[in-house]
Amino acid sequence: MSLIRKTAAELGSMIAAGEVSSVEVTEAHLDRMAEVEPKVQAFLHVDRETTIEQARAVDTRLRAGEKLGPLAGVPIAHKDIFTTRDMPTTAASKILEGWRPPYDATVTRRLREAGLVILGKTNLDEFAMGSSTENSAYHTTRNPWDLTKVPGGSSGGSSAAVASYEAPLSTGTDTGGSIRQPASVTGIVGMKPTYGGSSRYGLIAFASSLDTPGPFARTVLDAALLQEAFSGHDPMDSTSVDAPVPSVVEAARHADVAGMRIGVVKELAGDGYQPGVLARYHEAVQLLESLGAKVVEVSCPSFTTALYAYYLVAPSECSSNLARFDAMRYGLRVGDDGTRSAEEVMALTRAAGFGPEVKRRIMLGTYALSSGYYDAYYGQAQKVRTVISREFEAAYEQADVLVSPTTPTTAFAIGERVDDPMAMYLADLCTIPSNMAGNAAISVPCGLADEDGLPVGLQIMAPVLADDRCYRVGAAVEQALESRWGGPLLKEAPSL
Amino acid sequence: MTMVYDEALDVFEPVLGLETHVELGTASKMFCGCRTTFGAPPNTQVCPTCLALPGALPTANAMAIESTIRIGLALNCSIAEWCRFARKNYFYPDMPKNYQISQYDEPLCFDGYVDVEVDGETVRIEIERVHLEEDTGKSTHVGGATGRIHGADYSIVDYNRAGIPLVEIVTKPIPGTDRLAPEAARAYVTELREIMRSLGVSDVRMEEGSLRCDVNVSLMPRGASEWGTRTETKNVNSLRSVERAVRSEIERQAGVLAGGGKIVQETRHFHEDTGTTTSGRSKEEAQDYRYFPEPDLVPIAPDPAWVSELKATLPELPSVRRKRLQAEWGLSDLDMQAMRNADAIDLVEATVAVGAPPADARKWWMGELARRANETATPLADLPITPDDIARVTKLVTSGALNDKLAREVLEGVLAGEGTPDEVVEKRGLRIVNDEGELSAIIDQVLADNADVADKVRSGKLAAAGALVGGVMRASKGKADAARARQLILEKLGVSE
Repeated sequence: MSLIRKTAAELGSMIAAGEVSSVEVTEAHLDRMAEVEPKVQAFLHVDRETTIEQARAVDTRLRAGEKLGPLAGVPIAHKDIFTTRDMPTTAASKILEGWRPPYDATVTRRLREAGLVILGKTNLDEFAMGSSTENSAYHTTRNPWDLTKVPGGSSGGSSAAVASYEAPLSTGTDTGGSIRQPASVTGIVGMKPTYGGSSRYGLIAFASSLDTPGPFARTVLDAALLQEAFSGHDPMDSTSVDAPVPSVVEAARHADVAGMRIGVVKELAGDGYQPGVLARYHEAVQLLESLGAKVVEVSCPSFTTALYAYYLVAPSECSSNLARFDAMRYGLRVGDDGTRSAEEVMALTRAAGFGPEVKRRIMLGTYALSSGYYDAYYGQAQKVRTVISREFEAAYEQADVLVSPTTPTTAFAIGERVDDPMAMYLADLCTIPSNMAGNAAISVPCGLADEDGLPVGLQIMAPVLADDRCYRVGAAVEQALESRWGGPLLKEAPSL
Repeated sequence: MTMVYDEALDVFEPVLGLETHVELGTASKMFCGCRTTFGAPPNTQVCPTCLALPGALPTANAMAIESTIRIGLALNCSIAEWCRFARKNYFYPDMPKNYQISQYDEPLCFDGYVDVEVDGETVRIEIERVHLEEDTGKSTHVGGATGRIHGADYSIVDYNRAGIPLVEIVTKPIPGTDRLAPEAARAYVTELREIMRSLGVSDVRMEEGSLRCDVNVSLMPRGASEWGTRTETKNVNSLRSVERAVRSEIERQAGVLAGGGKIVQETRHFHEDTGTTTSGRSKEEAQDYRYFPEPDLVPIAPDPAWVSELKATLPELPSVRRKRLQAEWGLSDLDMQAMRNADAIDLVEATVAVGAPPADARKWWMGELARRANETATPLADLPITPDDIARVTKLVTSGALNDKLAREVLEGVLAGEGTPDEVVEKRGLRIVNDEGELSAIIDQVLADNADVADKVRSGKLAAAGALVGGVMRASKGKADAARARQLILEKLGVSE
């Protein structure tokens, strides 16, 4: 089997055992990128030389007997929203075109230290605002299952890179579903860790109280290995959790749900969901029951309002977070011809540098925070958030994990929703509640929809800091389904 | 048209309000690890966080939180059990994030007071809140006539100051100070400054901007119960300016009101050169700051036990200390006030602590050195001379090794950087001549040169001896012990007192 078809865990073991070098593994992936990238367009920045240099350095470290992690030498693609010292970082925005950060994000730094090799920076919706990568200022990434479909978003470049075997692993960020939804529509595993479980330092902020870095992989174990490699307390992030957490890698190896209580969220299925999605979802629930889990129905009425509250909280925070892009210290500068004031240059730069969706959200947020509207909008949304958290807590008294489809539909067509923001926003209907509460949640593939043959994802949600439960249940689903399918779901992707 | 102050006060009563910003003297900035050294080359004390690079995050400086709580406690405030930072959103090139991390409706300290003395009376100034925030960078507007952004050719920004912890202390409205409003404002800022200094939380140098003041003034007709529209005067950067700004704003507002006009609620700028204020931006077009809780920082929840400990370990506060020292040193209110105005209390106390008698310590600091400080426009404490030096000089005078004139020369040498008092004495050869032989020779010469005067003394006109002593002092370049010289002269002339 070629190197690119192997899991990250396998590659890590082979490299550690000296059966193959990091340079060989990395080159295999770079070759794959050369082959499929013109079609998929998952990446914004690729620099073959820098990448191979990194791989060579890891090989040297390993030969010198340095003890690195289980993923040492394995290549990875980073969402272009994490700062990287040796590659540009743009958040897929024109306003940051060509910006080279002088520092590494905690996530990229930790993975560098663990010996992972950076293949490049992946495409996303500008500043992580979107569900399709169509809001990227550079290009739209294609879904490897069907090149006329979106790869999800905002981390669509990262999901497409892993689904098309360009990278065994990638990083993403999840603010309202930006890891789980793209994982779901590309048939891979994507995890949103507990808020604060992974550091936001060096992650270009969209909505600070929601943004969560997380892993993409083709297997549950690979995702766990990656999450464990970059997680943990970071003194540079005040909201980072400083508490011991159960090992997610052990949980991913413990694919056993016997006796676990699985809560089916009543509000996250039914009308408006694609029949093929619901069919695969219900089968997955039955599967869990057949594996010895106890299935209970739980009700979380506020989840249906979570989307609306989210579209007040996230834009409000983004309107403030994106204020720093003002042409004064870095990035694009427009209109500085010696006659214009700083204020005019700021305005011209922001008008030229931000795309329409970013502007829409800045305006929404600016409005929602305005004097006289704050209580009705931002204040009210925060109250809804509290209610959502309480409903989660109540549900977790009845169930160890909650499940739902990851998204109401499979991958939609490129262009289909670009002119209809509300339709686009609905892609995150099932994922947003976990962000609002800061919970952990994972998406694992659970089959193909009958109508279109596209992947469907099962979302497994767990309480704050109980990320291990997502992996344990996810691994059980994966194991059972793969034995039914006779291998990974991705094997069935037509264009791969 | 302005109105003369006294006339204005015949018609109107002022209400004051003061907002004071104090830069804390922490080693690192409020939300990152950058140094805070004043005067470092521009943009050398910066990092991703205080430059607001994409992705960088703030982490709160625990020492700054502690200092703020101590300030609150010293101002008799309640301390919040739980509070948050908030973002204050507005665009300005010297504010890297285009929002300031500050506090809004949940200040760390609130509802306190401070008693100040104004013209012998104690006035209680109530404190609304004390909160913690970060400073902005510093803009310099190059070209143009005013030094302001409008009309400038270009502007440059130094971000070294961006992110330095800043404590804002806001008073409740202060009615009832009447004619003494300017003095009361000054007395309040003076008291605050001394409290900050005693807490050791800031160097409170107004000239370096580590203590800055915004002065709110409104007027109402005498006997009215409803307060007038207020203005906020910014850029008030010395104690004297605080007083002048209040006075000038009272005169201006009285003129407007007396002429049938209305006061516009606005920001005004104070000008040191003219002592007057001019209109800044009007509050009506003021920005909506869109405050919301800072999501990048966790709430502050000070442990009550820790707060009690901080309260118990507060230093002696300046007002208490002044009373104690005044009693210990046996000074009049007037003398004590003069020392306070000259910023000499700390220095005198330190000098006394190393062994100088209080009267002598006070004499030197308030005399020779205060004069020097005044001449060179240097704060007294910044003169290149220490309490140890003064104590040493005092000791040399007491022991008879120096007289006052020589002592002044020694101080001059120390101020000129010639070394310690002993080194200056050595280098300049300033010891009193107490070699009897040498002194005797000088006296003989003086008597010979002034035979007529000597005869007068011999004939009993003792008053004339003064001229001879003067001659000896001149001949010895002041190094002679005058008392001993007189004794020897009389002996030599065979007369006695």
